Amino acid sequence: MVKTMDLPEEEYILPGTRACAGCSMALIYRIALKALGPNTIITVPASCLTVLHGMQGFCTTKVSVLHTPFATTGASASGIVASLEDKGLADEINVVAFAGDGGTVDIGIQSLSGAVERGTNFIFACYDNEAYMNTGVQRSGSTPPGAFSTTTPNGKTGYKKNMAKILEAHGIPYVATAISSYPLDLYQKFRNAVEIKGPKYIHILAPCPPGWGYNPKDSIEIGRLAVQTGFWPLYEVIEGKFILSKDSQKFIDPAKRKPITDYLKAQKRFKSISDKEIKQYQNYIEAQWNEIEKRIKNE
Amino acid sequence: MTISEKSEKIRDLKTKILTGNHAAAHALRQAKVGVIAAYPITPQSPVVEKIAEFISKGKLNARFVKVESEHSALAVCCAASATGSRVGTATSSHGLMLMYEMLPWASGNRLPIIINLATRATGAPWSVWTDHQDFITIRDVGWIQMFCMDNQEIYDTNLQAFKIAEDPRVFLPAIVAYDGYILSHTMMPVSIEKQDEVDNFLPPLEHHYNLSDISVVKGIDPVTTPYLRDRSSEGIAPGYFEYRYAMQKALENSIEIIMKVHDEFSEKFGRSYGNGIYKTYLTEDAEVIIFAMGSVASQARNVIGQLRKEGMKVGLVSLKLFRPFPASQLRALLKGVKLVVVFDRDIGYGYEGVLSYELKAALYGLKESPFIKGFIVGLGGRDITDQHIKKGITKALKESEKGIISHETDFIGTQLELLSEYDEKEYFKGGL
Repeated sequence: MVKTMDLPEEEYILPGTRACAGCSMALIYRIALKALGPNTIITVPASCLTVLHGMQGFCTTKVSVLHTPFATTGASASGIVASLEDKGLADEINVVAFAGDGGTVDIGIQSLSGAVERGTNFIFACYDNEAYMNTGVQRSGSTPPGAFSTTTPNGKTGYKKNMAKILEAHGIPYVATAISSYPLDLYQKFRNAVEIKGPKYIHILAPCPPGWGYNPKDSIEIGRLAVQTGFWPLYEVIEGKFILSKDSQKFIDPAKRKPITDYLKAQKRFKSISDKEIKQYQNYIEAQWNEIEKRIKNE
Repeated sequence: MTISEKSEKIRDLKTKILTGNHAAAHALRQAKVGVIAAYPITPQSPVVEKIAEFISKGKLNARFVKVESEHSALAVCCAASATGSRVGTATSSHGLMLMYEMLPWASGNRLPIIINLATRATGAPWSVWTDHQDFITIRDVGWIQMFCMDNQEIYDTNLQAFKIAEDPRVFLPAIVAYDGYILSHTMMPVSIEKQDEVDNFLPPLEHHYNLSDISVVKGIDPVTTPYLRDRSSEGIAPGYFEYRYAMQKALENSIEIIMKVHDEFSEKFGRSYGNGIYKTYLTEDAEVIIFAMGSVASQARNVIGQLRKEGMKVGLVSLKLFRPFPASQLRALLKGVKLVVVFDRDIGYGYEGVLSYELKAALYGLKESPFIKGFIVGLGGRDITDQHIKKGITKALKESEKGIISHETDFIGTQLELLSEYDEKEYFKGGL
């Protein structure tokens, strides 16, 4: 496992970006670009990352970025990869798609599914802030049940899509979950993904101060709670082999997990969550970890 | 060139018997596209099947991205073009409409992508047969739009389209259309030129974008503002308004380049299509001119001989370049003509046939402007017959003599009189 002192000093995001205070997406992007290095082309759909990238006339990163319409992230990455193959440069340059949850699990799911099914050699990273934050906090397929959004004023009903599982079902060589609060784990996962040929998918939970309703200074703490309560397990599936990440390992023991209410009560978006919904979260977490346990035993 | 040299050249040509779709595929092969992304749709599919065959046999060294939708097809094309490759694709009707979001994206980014369009009616109701509605529907997205009348023209226009689209004064995408089935699935002799001759006419793409060169960091297409951006030492960046101004001016200026490329092609390969933007047939002394596109123009051409025998001075203008619309050239051409009869295989729904109202607008304020009368024909693949064309001309002559100007659509070839009452109730809500 990589240590803080091992991280490259080089910064690939120039100072003065337009992300909100406490934005974990900005942190995720910063760490990911350090792992990817200079031989990288990024493609980005409409999302908070478009805001970070700023206005026409500037490029806020030290790597090139191709902006693309909302539904097309997977296809855009495919086009870049195809062109690099055409030019014989495919082995020298990492192609990485960076999309929000809406651009991944909702409007982007088709082109993402197509791109990975074709075996495209690229990394698709989803930074999941669990709603359409850039357009003003509307619910997405990744918004968790009970959460307030401007289109679910009484809390979301239904489910949060488990996108990592959906991608795993495609049979691709690398799927991982990550979170901004464990940057070394995040860095290592991008490094692992770069080393593997074929489609790679990393789903990164990205706490969002204005969208989730907490003080910007607490972004790291909120993310840690997501892991410590067992809500967001960190893992990798490499060539079908399930590996529970170090930072999540102890939470396989239910006694070590913090109560889910610690996580939910810390965020204003869950302020009207019912006891029944809290119970649903507890059941969800239990079932999730039972499955993880089974997978580990089977391997 | 001497006659013997010419005949030597003709013998040398490799004439193949090809469908329109395969003529397009051969042109894409010889243009040496680096990336193709396509999704199957009738009647276009044989284009990309042929491309797949070329690649599998090693006749074309291209990446064929077999996408899961047309929206992705054009998205792949846009990204591959921005990465510096020459790209092309093919589609029809619903496929083109699913691409819609990416069409102005390609033109706004000034990406020289070529789409081959085997035209097809747009649903509902379903129809796989030709009309020009799909081609017409995308008229405001900033693409160069060209229409072909035979399979040789499809091949030739494709090669010209890449050269036009990639001209640094243009850098715009272009669409090469031909009637579904009527050309897409009909075999005709097509001369396939030698590769080195094609290479000589169409040199490799020198793109203004090349993401693959990572030594230059670029942010392609972030958000623009309504205003200019003062970047201090880096100068002032344009706003959205300036980008769109430049795109429109490039389109306007491309007409001359399109004509020049056509002339260069015709000089080199000995085949020409009027002036590259429209073709005329017996227009010199014509008092009545038929104005049409593609299969409609082909049908109208049939009638002209017959009408001339009957003493009518009639000619034909078949439009090749629909966007940019060659208004000033058409004003010069049609000045002094008594009557222009327009046959549209499309409708600007809620108004008239689109060619009809585009031509009216183009000739606005012209002294000695012709009387213009439009008809709607052949929607959804309904056959257009000689009788339909003659009927239109007769009616248009009568109306022009009486000076009846109407913007109501006039259909020729419908068979409303044969419909049962049930059908009328079911399908013609709002009444006949």
